[in-house]
Amino acid sequence: MSSAGYSRQVSLPHALPDSSPASLRAFLLGLPGVDEVGAVSRAAMLGTRSIKNDTKAWAIDTAISMVDLTTLEGMDTVGKVRALCAKALRPDPTDATAPSVAAVCVYGDLAGVAREAVGDGLHVAAVATAFPSGRASLDVKLIDTKEAVAAGADEIDMVIDRGAFLSGEYARVFDEIVAVKQACGHAHLKVILETGELRTLDNVRRASWLAMLAGADFIKTSTGKVTPAATPPVTLVMLEAVRDFEAATGRRIGVKAAGGIRTSKDAIKYLVLVKETAGDPWLTPDLFRFGASTLLNDLLLQRQRLATGHYSGPDYVTID
Amino acid sequence: MTFEYAPAPESRSVVNIAARYGLFIDGSFVESSSGATFPTINPATEEVLSEVAEAGADDVDRAVRAARRAYEEVWGRMPGRDRAKYLFRIARLIQERSRELAVLESLDNGKPIRESRDVDLPLVAAHFFYHAGWADKLGHAGHGPDPQPLGVAAQVIPWNFPLLMLAWKIAPALACGNTVVLKPAETTPLTALLFAEICQQADLPPGVVNIITGAGETGRLLVEHPGVDKVAFTGSTEVGKTILRSLAGSSKRLTLELGGKAANIVFDDAPIDEAVEGVVNGIYFNQGHVCCAGSRLLVQESIADEIVDALKRRLGTLRLGDPLDKNTDIGAINSSEQLARIAALVSSGEAEGAERWSAPCDIPERGWWFPPTVFTGVTQAHRIAREEIFGPVLSVLTFRTPDEAIEKANNTPYGLSAGIWTEKGSRILWMAERLRAGVIWANTFNRFDPTSPFGGYKESGFGREGGIQGLGAYLTKEVTR
Amino acid sequence: MTENPTGRLDVRKTYKLFVGGAFPRSESGRTYEVTAADGTFLANAAKASRKDARDAVLAARKGFGAWNAATAYNRCQVLYRIAEVMEGRRDQFVADVLAAEGGSAAAAADQVDAAIDRWVWYAGWADKLAQVLGSANPVAGPYFNFSVPEPTGVVVAVAPQDSSLLGLISVIAPAVVSGNAVIVIASTARPLPAITLTEVLATSDVPGGVINVLTGDPAEMMPWLATHADVNAIDLAGITDADLAVSLERDAAGTVKRVRRPDRDPNWSADPGLSRIRDFVETKTVWHPMGV
Repeated sequence: MSSAGYSRQVSLPHALPDSSPASLRAFLLGLPGVDEVGAVSRAAMLGTRSIKNDTKAWAIDTAISMVDLTTLEGMDTVGKVRALCAKALRPDPTDATAPSVAAVCVYGDLAGVAREAVGDGLHVAAVATAFPSGRASLDVKLIDTKEAVAAGADEIDMVIDRGAFLSGEYARVFDEIVAVKQACGHAHLKVILETGELRTLDNVRRASWLAMLAGADFIKTSTGKVTPAATPPVTLVMLEAVRDFEAATGRRIGVKAAGGIRTSKDAIKYLVLVKETAGDPWLTPDLFRFGASTLLNDLLLQRQRLATGHYSGPDYVTID
Repeated sequence: MTFEYAPAPESRSVVNIAARYGLFIDGSFVESSSGATFPTINPATEEVLSEVAEAGADDVDRAVRAARRAYEEVWGRMPGRDRAKYLFRIARLIQERSRELAVLESLDNGKPIRESRDVDLPLVAAHFFYHAGWADKLGHAGHGPDPQPLGVAAQVIPWNFPLLMLAWKIAPALACGNTVVLKPAETTPLTALLFAEICQQADLPPGVVNIITGAGETGRLLVEHPGVDKVAFTGSTEVGKTILRSLAGSSKRLTLELGGKAANIVFDDAPIDEAVEGVVNGIYFNQGHVCCAGSRLLVQESIADEIVDALKRRLGTLRLGDPLDKNTDIGAINSSEQLARIAALVSSGEAEGAERWSAPCDIPERGWWFPPTVFTGVTQAHRIAREEIFGPVLSVLTFRTPDEAIEKANNTPYGLSAGIWTEKGSRILWMAERLRAGVIWANTFNRFDPTSPFGGYKESGFGREGGIQGLGAYLTKEVTR
Repeated sequence: MTENPTGRLDVRKTYKLFVGGAFPRSESGRTYEVTAADGTFLANAAKASRKDARDAVLAARKGFGAWNAATAYNRCQVLYRIAEVMEGRRDQFVADVLAAEGGSAAAAADQVDAAIDRWVWYAGWADKLAQVLGSANPVAGPYFNFSVPEPTGVVVAVAPQDSSLLGLISVIAPAVVSGNAVIVIASTARPLPAITLTEVLATSDVPGGVINVLTGDPAEMMPWLATHADVNAIDLAGITDADLAVSLERDAAGTVKRVRRPDRDPNWSADPGLSRIRDFVETKTVWHPMGV
């Protein structure tokens, strides 16, 4: 086991595998199962937490600072990306106290445009590895990754090969992540599990561990191109995985919930999930992100509502 | 700043508590004949919420006679379809006033509003809906084509789920054509009295439901009243036995739902995170004031340390405090007496050599509280493994094989419920068949539903509440001649 | 039962208890005289003691394990087998009942026929109870939820004092069909049909301990059995002393036993219905989540 960077002496909660296919398979299939109904009801219960007043203001600013402001459309242009970057740097032009988001997230060919627009002010995340399907040769994926990093991306959002995962070729998925991680150089690697295609929470847990063992800095729910995208139960299981991975290795891996999170209320529920599952240390943009586009405006509307004491309207936030 | 939840109290203004409550007899509120009252107290603050009338022998008699008259003249002869409509009405009124009822329940009982709002009240309404539909379909309940009601039902309920226990008692009794005199627990009478108002709003004929308040003596007078045809009691095994003795030789029908000491059995192939949640829900739900609480954790030795660690980590996130705060997980202990009993049993656990761990949480200055507590190193012989604590106290025991788990789980005079956690379906069914308990939760715990019969084996009582099986408790036996 | 018409001197039977599939005498060494309806001497029956009752509980608890674990199909066949073997000894039962109860030979024959038919009727219930008394419950949530009837455990029944065979079987069969083990105290004055039944039981594939038959005085044994912590239920059908019934019900409260009070005006030849079966079963409800 070369690239994962953990100590092999650690034995809790489970003896960790080496990178051989048999070892990975035994380890992943030996992980405790996830009872879907139980996980769903736990996530739903946490969704009933009531966050008010100062806590809410803090949560909204924290959520803004965790947003990977995203545009991933075939119709993306240089102009669109520049506008997005401006918004990312200063989400609320009327209120300088509103924090910047964590990063902008774009296709690799626009990473250079984004870097130019944000300078050193923000992270630039590029989706790579034949996003969103991942259906390309490893060589193509590595070139995709390297070009994005060369253009200025300091975060790479790769997709796993779900076909290989679902057919049980865990070592192939593992090796691919290891290779992409190497191609990233200094850039952080987020590994997109595309949980909507993995279907079961057992698979989400296995894929989370597989990605972490292979060297992911973040595990990410979804591309946003598949429904369902991020859901509270899926995120819960991923948060349990990073919590347990830390216990086993001492390393903290981040989680990114992407797609389908549109309201402040939802975002706050995710923060509650983070707090009560992985714990307070994860309540930082270094360890938790939202992959979103429309969410930001709702966070800003709520922020204005808290600041002014009255409800705001859609014409008072910018649409980029 | 960190992410500490600001207080999020549910508004108390949705409920009006009168300074004094009378007895609800024959459709109206009346004073007790002695004029005696007793206070009901908010266990989270020790403030007196209201003074409630204490029913004596005359009052009990008045209530039973009102119920008898209503049974003979109105309810017993009313077509089932009309009884159904009254019960549907009540179900709807409960839904309409559910927030008010939830707040009142939390005030009087001390349980977190999250539970009274999300568990108790939805189930209360569901129980009336479910049984409403039975009222005109009793010929399909398996007791012959034209089963008959029993008459007047005397119902005595505990303080842990005041309104839910009322629903479990009143809904089937009324659906089957009986009238009732119900006595809520002396520490939690208020939601029952609000339910009486709901009966008035529903235009339920006078005397069909009578609510009399008082303590154990009132309950004794009620169940021993000769005008009663049926006694339904939920409460301690000790009181259940007293009732059994007092009814010996009478023709009164009886159902009892008594104590428990449930085993929650976790195998090494369990879905660990959900199992930990289930263990937490099993014993810390409602401050552990649950007869079917999973108070004995039986964990397979190979994963015992892992489970106990995960459990402690999880208990560290439980939020103890103001029951009306929407983020509270653990509310107040219902009474100082109960708190003393919990404390005494916990002391015995320490004295007998088990290792105690309590979650580090701030205990409010006023009110009655007990932190979530885990005992490890517990053996079957310890009092904390045998006696019902009825508080947030878990005893952890270990086992090595499925047979040993069954032996230990069944090694108790109780038999109300049990839990099994394993991903192996075949083992679940093998275990479920061998556990001597009335409700088995596999890969879940503390779930309730009006369609699902609830009740115990052995000293946990007899008779079932809920489901088609529960109707038998309120209908005549088949005629055998 | 007395003189053989050929003048041959008959071989008389020793009437013993039936416990755990064996035929012990009372450990007390006591017997009591059993007479026919007309007062003639019939036999000396064993007068069981509290220790015999205690042994019977041990045997029944052991028998319960195997019987409860047997398939319903198997229990059906065993109960039907009892009917088959009884049919083969029909004449003996008729003679026993006639001697015990007096009346006409035709009435005794009718009672024996009804008793055999009752086994057949109950035998058929063994594999239907769970379907009739059980249910799949449509709970409001992603759970599979079902309820099944299960035997309560060890049932002690006091057989009716008058109906020496039909009454006896009418209290044994509904308890054993669901998987309970039974200790039955035969009619004190009319125990011989019960003892003949034990010979049938011993040769009908009924596992030892599932049905145990004691003879003697219920007033002597029942207080011990009603307080015995390893007895789950008592059926007071044959308790004719109202005060004793009350006191036994009180005794039974100590361990929350299921108690069937004495029937008012019982008619043992009527359709029994399910009421007696229901009284000695528990409903077990199992929840399981439904998820992927």
